[in-house]
Amino acid sequence: MGITSALPPSRRALFALLALTLGACSSASPRELTLRLWAMGREGEVVSQLIPAFEREHPGIKVEVQQIPWSAAHEKLLTAYVGATTPDIAMLGNTWVPEFVAIDALEPLDSRVAKSVDAPRKDYFPGIWSTNVVDGATYGIPWYVDTRVIFYRSDLLSAAGYDKMPVTWADWRTAMQKIKSRMTPRQYPLLIPITEWPPPVILGLQSGSPLLRDNGQYGAFHDSAFHKAFDFYVSLFHDGFAPALSGSEISNLYQEFERGNIAMYISGPWQIGEFSNRLPKAMQDRWMTAALPGVGGPGVSLAGGASLSLFRKSLHKREAWQLMEYLSRPEVQLRFYMLTGDLPARLGAWRDTSLANNRYARAFREQLDRVVPTPKVPEWEQIATRVFEHGEQAVRGRKSVDQTLIELDNDVNGILEKRRWLLSQQRQRKLATR
Amino acid sequence: MKVSRASLRMPAEASTAAWFFLAPALFLIGVFFFLPVAASLLLSVTDFDIYGIANPANTRFVGLQNYVKLLHTPDFWNALKNTFYFAFVGGPLTIAVSLGAALLLNSRLVRFKGFFRTIYFTPFVTTLVAVAIVWRYLYHTRYGLFNYGLARLGIAPIDWLGDPHWAMPAIILMAVWKSFGYNMLIFIAGLQSIPEELYDAAEIDGAGTFRRFFNITLPMLAPTLVFISVITMIGYFQLFAEPYVMTQGGPLRSTTSVVLLMYEEGFRWWRMGYAAAIAFVLFIVILIATLLQFRLQKQEHA
Amino acid sequence: MSFLSPGRGMESALQRQRMTQVLLYTLLVIGAFLAMLPMVWMVSASLMPSGEASTYPPHFFPSRLTLAHYTDLFTRLNLGRNLLNSAFIAFVVTFASLFINSLAGYAFAKLRFRGRDRLFRVLSTGLVLPVQVAMLPLFLLLKNLGLINTYWGVIIPGLASIFGIFLVRQYALAIPDEMLDAARVDGASEFRIFWSIVVPGIMPILATLSIWTFLATWNDFMWPLIVLSDASHYTLPVALANLSGEHVQDTELMMAGSVLTVIPVMLVFLFLQRYYIQGVMAGSVKG
Repeated sequence: MGITSALPPSRRALFALLALTLGACSSASPRELTLRLWAMGREGEVVSQLIPAFEREHPGIKVEVQQIPWSAAHEKLLTAYVGATTPDIAMLGNTWVPEFVAIDALEPLDSRVAKSVDAPRKDYFPGIWSTNVVDGATYGIPWYVDTRVIFYRSDLLSAAGYDKMPVTWADWRTAMQKIKSRMTPRQYPLLIPITEWPPPVILGLQSGSPLLRDNGQYGAFHDSAFHKAFDFYVSLFHDGFAPALSGSEISNLYQEFERGNIAMYISGPWQIGEFSNRLPKAMQDRWMTAALPGVGGPGVSLAGGASLSLFRKSLHKREAWQLMEYLSRPEVQLRFYMLTGDLPARLGAWRDTSLANNRYARAFREQLDRVVPTPKVPEWEQIATRVFEHGEQAVRGRKSVDQTLIELDNDVNGILEKRRWLLSQQRQRKLATR
Repeated sequence: MKVSRASLRMPAEASTAAWFFLAPALFLIGVFFFLPVAASLLLSVTDFDIYGIANPANTRFVGLQNYVKLLHTPDFWNALKNTFYFAFVGGPLTIAVSLGAALLLNSRLVRFKGFFRTIYFTPFVTTLVAVAIVWRYLYHTRYGLFNYGLARLGIAPIDWLGDPHWAMPAIILMAVWKSFGYNMLIFIAGLQSIPEELYDAAEIDGAGTFRRFFNITLPMLAPTLVFISVITMIGYFQLFAEPYVMTQGGPLRSTTSVVLLMYEEGFRWWRMGYAAAIAFVLFIVILIATLLQFRLQKQEHA
Repeated sequence: MSFLSPGRGMESALQRQRMTQVLLYTLLVIGAFLAMLPMVWMVSASLMPSGEASTYPPHFFPSRLTLAHYTDLFTRLNLGRNLLNSAFIAFVVTFASLFINSLAGYAFAKLRFRGRDRLFRVLSTGLVLPVQVAMLPLFLLLKNLGLINTYWGVIIPGLASIFGIFLVRQYALAIPDEMLDAARVDGASEFRIFWSIVVPGIMPILATLSIWTFLATWNDFMWPLIVLSDASHYTLPVALANLSGEHVQDTELMMAGSVLTVIPVMLVFLFLQRYYIQGVMAGSVKG
C-alpha cells in the first residue's frame, strides 16, 4: 500500500475513499459526450426526430437540439459567439456563412469532406455548394436548399385566363391585373411583406445587378440595373397588386390564402409542407408552385438554403463531423424532406420517386438550375435589412425611388467602411511582406 | 464614575462594521454598474465591432467620430424624435389619467376603494412582454377588439400597428394603460396628505369644485407632481420592450426608440463602439430633462 | 341654528350628492372595465380552440373551452422549464438582494463613518444613469468571467440596487438612535444590533422591497434577452418573446403563454398587495 500504510487508520480510510472516487471518475466512459446542435424554425423542431437513429449508431454520443426562431437566430448566433457559448454545430443560413468566417468562428471542412463517403462534394448542386466557399475554403455542408418561387392559387389564375404562370415581368403584371379585376378592394393578387429583403433583392439579381461592387466595398443600388428592378418592385405596391404589410401584420397567411384574399405568394420550400398541412383538403388541388418570372424570360432566384457548420471552439469536432455526415446521407436527407418539405441538397436524394414525383417540388428543381448567390460579405445581413427599410420609404410614397436608392447606397457605403479599411490594411501588409 | 464605554468604543468599531455592511453592495454596484458605465464611455470612442471581437487589433481609436456620425444619421434623429414623442405625449397622458383615477378614488362619496384600487393597479404588475403580445392581437386590423369597437361606433378601422401615423399612439395607449396605476397610488398618498381644513375653509368661502382643485389640490400636489413627472419621464425615455415585441421598430421606423436603436446596433450588428455612443447620448438627454424639470419646479416656487 | 335650515336646501344638496355619486361610480366602473378588458380577453382567448381568436366579428368568449394550448406549452414547448427558471432567478435575487441592500441602507442611515454622506451622494447619482449605458461593457465583462448564458449572469447584476438602498435608508432613519446606542452600551456587536433591532423595525419596508424586487426580476426582459442564449435557460418573458416570433400565427397559444407568464406575479401581488401599496404610498409621501 506504499505510503498510505504509514498513515493512521482514519487517514487511510480517507485516502481509500479518495482513490475510489477518482477511480470512478476516470473509469467513466470517455466517449460519453453531448453534442449541441442549433437549428431554426420548423427544421429545428423536426431534426430531433432524426437524432435517435444517430444516437443508436453512436452509443456514447448524445445530441441536444436547440430550436431558435428565424427572427432571432442571427443575433442569437452572434451573441453566442461574442459570449463564447457557441454550440458544436449550427444550421446557418448560407448567406450568413461569410460573416461567421470573417469573425473566424467556423472550422474549415475541406480535409474532412475530401475523406468523406457520406458528404462528397460532387453530389451537391454546384451553385449551392459555392455559397459555402469563402476564399477558397469550405465552411459549411449544404443541408437543405432553398430558393424562392411563386406559390399561387391555380383556380384564381385560370379564372383570369392563364393556365400557367407567366414567365416575363410584363406578362406577370398583366396576369395580376386580370386577377385583381376579379377581386374585392381588400384582396390582393400578390403578397410580398415589405419587411423582407428577398423580393427586392431577387428582382435586382434578375435584372443583372451585382448589388455590391468592387469586391463588396461599395453599394451598387443606385446603378441602372438595380434601379430598374426597384422601380418594378415599388410599382407592384403603387398599382395595388400587393398590400404594404409588414411580416408581423399578417396574422394567418394560410387563412388569407384559403379565403382568396391573396392569390400569389413568393416563398420557399418549407411552405410546401405548411400549405399541405394547414390548408383544408378541399384546397389541396387549387394551389401550385411555379418558377419566378424574369425580365425577359424565366428569372433567377436566390441560391439560398442552410448549411451545417462546425464551430472552431467545439470540443468534440470529430463526433460533430460524424453527426454532420449522418445528416448528409441521402436517405436521411430524404427523411428530412418528408418531415419538413425542405428540399435536399444532395442530388442523389432528388432521384427518389417521392421527390421526383412531387408536383410542387418541380418548380423548385427547375429554379435551382437558375440561382445566384448574394454578395459574400459579412455585412450582408445588415445591408439586406437596410434594403427593405429604405424600400419601405419608397413603397409608402415617402420618398422617390431615386432618392431612396441614393440614400441606400450612402447607408451601405457607411456600413462597408470598416471592410474597406481592413482590406486596405491587408493590401498594405501584402505589399510590405513582398 | 463609569466612563461611557460606548463613546470610547463607537467611532472605530462603527467604522469597521460600516465597511463590512457596505462592502457587498458597493462591490456589486461598483463592478457591475459604475465600472461598465465608465467602460461605455471608453467604448464609445473606438470602433469596436464584430471584427474587433474576433481580433482586438481590428479596433481603432476614433475620438468623437461615433458621436459625429450619430448626429449625421437620420435614423438616430428619428429615434430621438420617436422617444420624445412617446415621453412627452405619453408622460402627461399617463399622469393625467392617474391623477384622475386618484381623485376618483379619494372622493368621500366612493366606497369599495380597495377593490377599485386593486383593479386599477393590476396592469402595472403584469409582465410587459406578455401584455405587449396581447395588445398586438387586440390591435389587429381585421380581427382585433379595438377595431371591432370602432366599427360598432361607425368608425372606419384603423391600421394600428401598420400605419406609421398610428403605431406610436398605439404604443402610447398601451403604456398609459399599463403604468397609470403606479402614479395613481402616489397621487392618492399625496391627496391624503392634504389637510381637510383647507378644503373646509375654501368651501365656507364659497369656492366651487374647480376652484378648490386649482387653488388647493394642485399647488399642494406640486412636489408630488414633480416627483412623478421626473420618474415617469426617465422611465419612458428608456422605451424598448414594446416596440421590440409589437412592431420591431416599424412601420417605417416610426416606433424605433433610442434604446431599441442601441440594442440593434450593439447586440444585433455588434457595432459596439457606435452603440455605446448612442447609450451615452441617451444618458445626457435624460440628465438634461431631469435637471430642467427640477429647475422649472424651483422657478414656480420662487 | 338658523343657517342649518333643513328641508329643501338639505334635500337638493343630498340629491346633488347622489348624482355625483352615480357619476363617480359610473366612471369607476367604466375605468375598471377598460383596465381589465385586455386581461380578460387574454384568458378567454387562451381557452379558445385554434383559429377562433381570428374571426370576424371577434368572439369575446370561447365557443367551447379547451386546455389544449396549455398542454402544448408544457409538453411540446417545454415552458415549464422557463417557469422554473424565472422562479429560481426571482427568488435568489429577491432574498439575496434584500440582505445586501438592507445592510447597506442601514449603514448609510445609522452608522457614522467618514465620507458617509459624500459616498451616498455619489451613489445617488447612479439613479439618473439609465441602466442601458452599462449593458454593452457588462456583457463583455460577463463574457470574460464565463457567465454568459448562465443564471448567474442574470442574477449577479441584480443583487445590489441603489434604489433599494435608498428605500431602506429612508426607513431606517426613523429608528431612534437611543435604542441603538443602548444596545451598544450593552455590548452588542453591530451585526447583532442590525439583526435583532433594526430588521424587525424596518419589516414593512423589507416586505415592500422584497415584493418589488420579485416583480421587477420576474418581469425583467432586456437583460435576460441579451445574456441567455439557450432556450432551456430562458426566463418566461424571453421564452414568450421567442415564441411570438415563431408562432405569430397561433394567437390562442400565445395567449396561453401570456397567461402563464402573468399569473404568478398577479398572485404575488394580490396576496401581498397590502405591503406593496403601503410601501409605495409611504415612500412617496416622504418625497
